[in-house]
Amino acid sequence: MNTSQGHWWRSDKGGQWLITVIAVVTVIVPVLNLVVPEDSVFHLSTYAVSLLGKYLCYALLALAVDLIWGYAGILSLGHGAFFALGGYAIGMYMMRQIGERGVYGNADLPDFMVFLNWGELPWYWLGFDNFSFALLMVLVAPAILAFVFGWLAFRSRVTGVYFSIISQALTYALMLAFFRNDMGFGGNNGLTDFKDLLGYSLQLDSTKNALFVCSGLALIGGYILCRYVVSSKLGRVLVSIRDAESRTRFVGYRVEHYKLFVFVLSAMLAGVAGALYVPQVGIINPGEFSPINSIEIIIWVAVGGRGYLFGAVIGAVLVNYGKTYFTGAFPEIWLFFLGGLFVVSTLFLPKGVVGLVKRRSMKRADEGGAKPEGQIETDDGTSAEEVSP
Amino acid sequence: MSVGIHIPTNMLYLDNVTVSFDGFKALNALSLVVAPGELRAIIGPNGAGKTTMMDVITGKLRPDSGTVFFRDTVDLTQFDEADVANLGIGRKFQKPTVIESLTVEQNLDLAMAGNRGVFKTLFFKQSAEQYERISEIVSLIGLKEKRGDIAGSLSHGQKQWLEIGMLIIQEPELLLVDEPAAGMTDQETELTAQLLKDISGERSVVVVEHDMEFIKALDCHVTVLHEGHQLAEGSLSHVQQDERVIEVYLGR
Repeated sequence: MNTSQGHWWRSDKGGQWLITVIAVVTVIVPVLNLVVPEDSVFHLSTYAVSLLGKYLCYALLALAVDLIWGYAGILSLGHGAFFALGGYAIGMYMMRQIGERGVYGNADLPDFMVFLNWGELPWYWLGFDNFSFALLMVLVAPAILAFVFGWLAFRSRVTGVYFSIISQALTYALMLAFFRNDMGFGGNNGLTDFKDLLGYSLQLDSTKNALFVCSGLALIGGYILCRYVVSSKLGRVLVSIRDAESRTRFVGYRVEHYKLFVFVLSAMLAGVAGALYVPQVGIINPGEFSPINSIEIIIWVAVGGRGYLFGAVIGAVLVNYGKTYFTGAFPEIWLFFLGGLFVVSTLFLPKGVVGLVKRRSMKRADEGGAKPEGQIETDDGTSAEEVSP
Repeated sequence: MSVGIHIPTNMLYLDNVTVSFDGFKALNALSLVVAPGELRAIIGPNGAGKTTMMDVITGKLRPDSGTVFFRDTVDLTQFDEADVANLGIGRKFQKPTVIESLTVEQNLDLAMAGNRGVFKTLFFKQSAEQYERISEIVSLIGLKEKRGDIAGSLSHGQKQWLEIGMLIIQEPELLLVDEPAAGMTDQETELTAQLLKDISGERSVVVVEHDMEFIKALDCHVTVLHEGHQLAEGSLSHVQQDERVIEVYLGR
């Protein structure tokens, strides 16, 4: 088959399947919550709706990471920073929406500023009472950070583990900065006590369902965008950079421009994920910048399968479902389980859950073509199966 | 130096180029001139400076002193790798580096001359002429049947050819080819030599090689490098009779 001539969408079977599932979920969940009566077994609690909405936001974040890690080989251990910035941007809007309903009843200043005896709103809070401006900032704030950071790093040809380390330092530095009260972002409490979004109370089931639907649509939109990018010639330049960076330069591609483009795009997607996440959980604080959060994203992608896009989505949902279950049932062993999961997926599932499924279906279809890791397939497939459930 | 508008006097002009690493002179006052359309072989023992020379020409290394001109007027020391590639200098590495996870077609499509801008590639659509151009190249490099195959599945020799194909489709005026025959069978070596001879003429080709049989098959001017400078230059039989060359390289 001639892939570079073929339609970018038709060949993505996994993606079609995934989008169908997300679309169905996006429609069915609100129906189960709002239409099905509460005493029915099919009724879905509002808590579950918000939980699923959270998973969808994480899935979008994982997608953003897979775009740069799976395709351009950029391992960012600080992607939580862009997620948090998007969250803060929408959080600032919701803080301004509180108005006089705060504890201090001050229409001009958020509670924490009154508490700190601030006289007036800092300049960088201006404009956040406007929803469109806040939405713009959801994209622009992560984009600016990614652009400046990426420009400096990629221009100096910082790659591989060095890039990972400084990206981790970036999010750690931001966490420390946001913890400070005089940054003007609520210090370690962050932003919370949100009342409404666009005039709709966040307590209402309908608002929660609307946010869930928006998360589903954002994930579908984000997926299609990422699929378009990686299926374009630009996507193949990214793969070329991932596999042979120096070679790509000698062919005449400005590697730093390509990396910067995809890094900024990924940061913006992460920002959107954060902005959808915060109204659903009702709080954003500097903990979101914590390096551990960023590392967790990498685990989601690794477990799902790096470099497939839909693998990242599957991984994010699976691992977070596991997290919800384990932190409830066995809270003290969750981190061990997470660490174990990463070890197991690295050792036995180098291509994640998706890689396992692909291998099995390929085996069924018999030897299709020459596959580099062909000889270890049988071994891997069986042993991984025993370990993973 | 007279400057032709279309055909330069010298395709490549290195004068007195010195590069040192911690005091070790990898290139020591190297001078080299390659004419348009010329096929030139460069030989020399390990550490003679062949790869360093390629690095200097392709913008990977800045020389400590000396001048490097492309097409008489373009000062190559001012540019980086991507610029140099877009000026019309292609480079093939010793180890074949094709993009293994892409198909033969996609590899050639990536290397094909064209706009290298980020947004141009994002919205790129292959035209019928470009499709034809790739067809010509896959025939030329003997990979017609493998057009849709993943490059990682090719044999070593086929990867070398694919990389040469990628160089050709890049349409450079100067090709730098590092040990193209390494790891090839005799028959493949012969075909490779023929391929390089065919593509010179329209463009200049500089080949770095160890294999004497291969150099003989290329049947061209030979430059012998030793300790970072030019030891001898001329036909293969001429340099083989040079006393100094015999001493440092051939005779032992």
